Amino acid sequence: MNALATILEVRGLSVSLPIGGKLTPVVTDMNLSIARGEAVALVGESGCGKSMTARAIIGLPPPGAEIAGSIVLKGQELTQLTPSERRRIGGREIGFIFQEPMTSLHPTLSIGAQMTDGLRYHLGLSRTAALERARELLDRVGIPRGRDILAGHAHQLSGGMRQRVVIAMAIACGPSLVIADEPTTALDVTIQAQVLDLLARMREELGLAMLYITHDLEVVADFCDRAIVMYAGDRVEDGQPEQCLTRPRHPYTSGLVAAIPRMGGTSARLSPIPGQVPPVGAWPAGCRFAPRCAIADEICATRPVFDAGVRCWRPLASPAP
Amino acid sequence: MSPPEKLLEARDLAKTFGKVAAVRGVSFALRRGETFGIVGESGSGKSTLARLLLRLIEPSGGGVHFRGRDLTSLGREEMRRERRHIQMIFQDPFGSLNPRMTVGELVAEPMHAHDIGERGDRGARALKLLDEVGLPAAAGARYPHEFSGGQRQRIAIARALASEPALIVADEPVSALDVSVQAQVLNLLLDLKERHGMTLLFISHDLRVVEFICDRIAVMYLGEIVELGDKAAICGEPRHPYTQALFASAPGRPKTARLAGEIPNAADVPSGCAFRTRCPRAFDRCAIDHPPLRALGGERFAACHLVEPAAEAVS
Repeated sequence: MNALATILEVRGLSVSLPIGGKLTPVVTDMNLSIARGEAVALVGESGCGKSMTARAIIGLPPPGAEIAGSIVLKGQELTQLTPSERRRIGGREIGFIFQEPMTSLHPTLSIGAQMTDGLRYHLGLSRTAALERARELLDRVGIPRGRDILAGHAHQLSGGMRQRVVIAMAIACGPSLVIADEPTTALDVTIQAQVLDLLARMREELGLAMLYITHDLEVVADFCDRAIVMYAGDRVEDGQPEQCLTRPRHPYTSGLVAAIPRMGGTSARLSPIPGQVPPVGAWPAGCRFAPRCAIADEICATRPVFDAGVRCWRPLASPAP
Repeated sequence: MSPPEKLLEARDLAKTFGKVAAVRGVSFALRRGETFGIVGESGSGKSTLARLLLRLIEPSGGGVHFRGRDLTSLGREEMRRERRHIQMIFQDPFGSLNPRMTVGELVAEPMHAHDIGERGDRGARALKLLDEVGLPAAAGARYPHEFSGGQRQRIAIARALASEPALIVADEPVSALDVSVQAQVLNLLLDLKERHGMTLLFISHDLRVVEFICDRIAVMYLGEIVELGDKAAICGEPRHPYTQALFASAPGRPKTARLAGEIPNAADVPSGCAFRTRCPRAFDRCAIDHPPLRALGGERFAACHLVEPAAEAVS
């Protein structure tokens, strides 16, 4: 990969949170890089650390969080910046889209006031110029009659429209990276498909690097170039989404894929992963998946290293060349 | 072959909330022992329909017949007794489990309410039910907040089983669960259904889950059933343009036609066919005539002017 094209480079990222008075790791040894125009999926179940990774990159970790490692955005080390420098760069260069648009939209401020805020602060536009730019942005995300929408409030919009407004806000200041945390999970399937199409179009037109956080690999398989599967704070597999779905190498990825009911499938029962995700603070010392893994043996009591796209001592058959 | 026994039948069921027509003339029959799915997007009326079937809310029109009795005509006490046979499982089990009761008490409660078994045996039976849903006996002495989402849904299922129902209505029971836990709960529902010979009405927006668990499926749009049939037919060869668009949008499907726009407001339902405002094939007649749910043959039904009944269904 061309070093110049790399937008985001995360190396050795660890996040620890104060839980019950004790600093407890929730993300460990996270590595990821995203190039211009590339979309990377961060996949895992609740508590795997995928959203915490995103919050560390955005610079909005929970209070008391301790962050180690390096986060480089367009050649600049973000972890060394002061909070105000971080806000200035983050607000311009990184756009966010969250699962529930109502949490990122203010209930009583007009859509116009919310959209122009960032434009005026980060781009120094006048009120009139910012409003005009907001209308253009709404047009771009498929909302005609932008002027009416700008005067209105979030509760007057449908879920799909709200998410379009949030996408317009995320791209407003011309970011190089967009982080989307389960942006379609709260939406109906037909609307989900529309929003995914829109995100794909924005990525293409604006050359955005995208980090797409999801619990459902199948939803983003044909949208993302790469998928990173997380389990209990660890990156356990990193590969092409299609390969993770059809020829997974980590036993956890394999279990996750087998647990999804497949359209057109004929089996009478699903194949769940036995047991449960260990809670934060109670991770096994060796491989964190070992207690639920069908092929674990003695060596799995030692923490595996991440090698050739997988963190596993006994990876499943290699993908075909 | 004798026709399958109807356990429950909805006849022209309707519910309006003020100007909002949430359910508009829904008729279907549940066969004993089957898993019947209702799919639809938010605003389709599927959850309102479930509550009407249990008479948790009163219908504005139509009726519900359960084992031949018209539930809508029953008095309060008779209805309470009938509820023993129809239990419901919700999306958020936490909302339906009293936080101050132990899990053992929660599971035994329906037995007290419906006077099932000897009082002294109920505690032991509750533990047996917990075992059946895959929870250890020690769980009985603990409180709901001590359990994960998947475990709480197991508790809700044990509680639903306690009154030995003939029908379980499950409204998005696995939608809040992680994929690996969701698979555990779906398998459990299938095992229990087989073991107890129950009928299951499964409501979900998740097409993959519905296809996996259901025998027959009804697709709802704006308060109406627009298509109904066997799983294989609905998922494999949908006939109604809405069903076609819905399944084309499902994850893991080749991306073909996208449905434009969003579901209209139920306070302002379009004239004629309610789907016409988003339908890629709508024509003049769709704005004027309301298409009824018609038999297509092979126990399939669809409500669309463009879907012609098969020849054998007409003859």
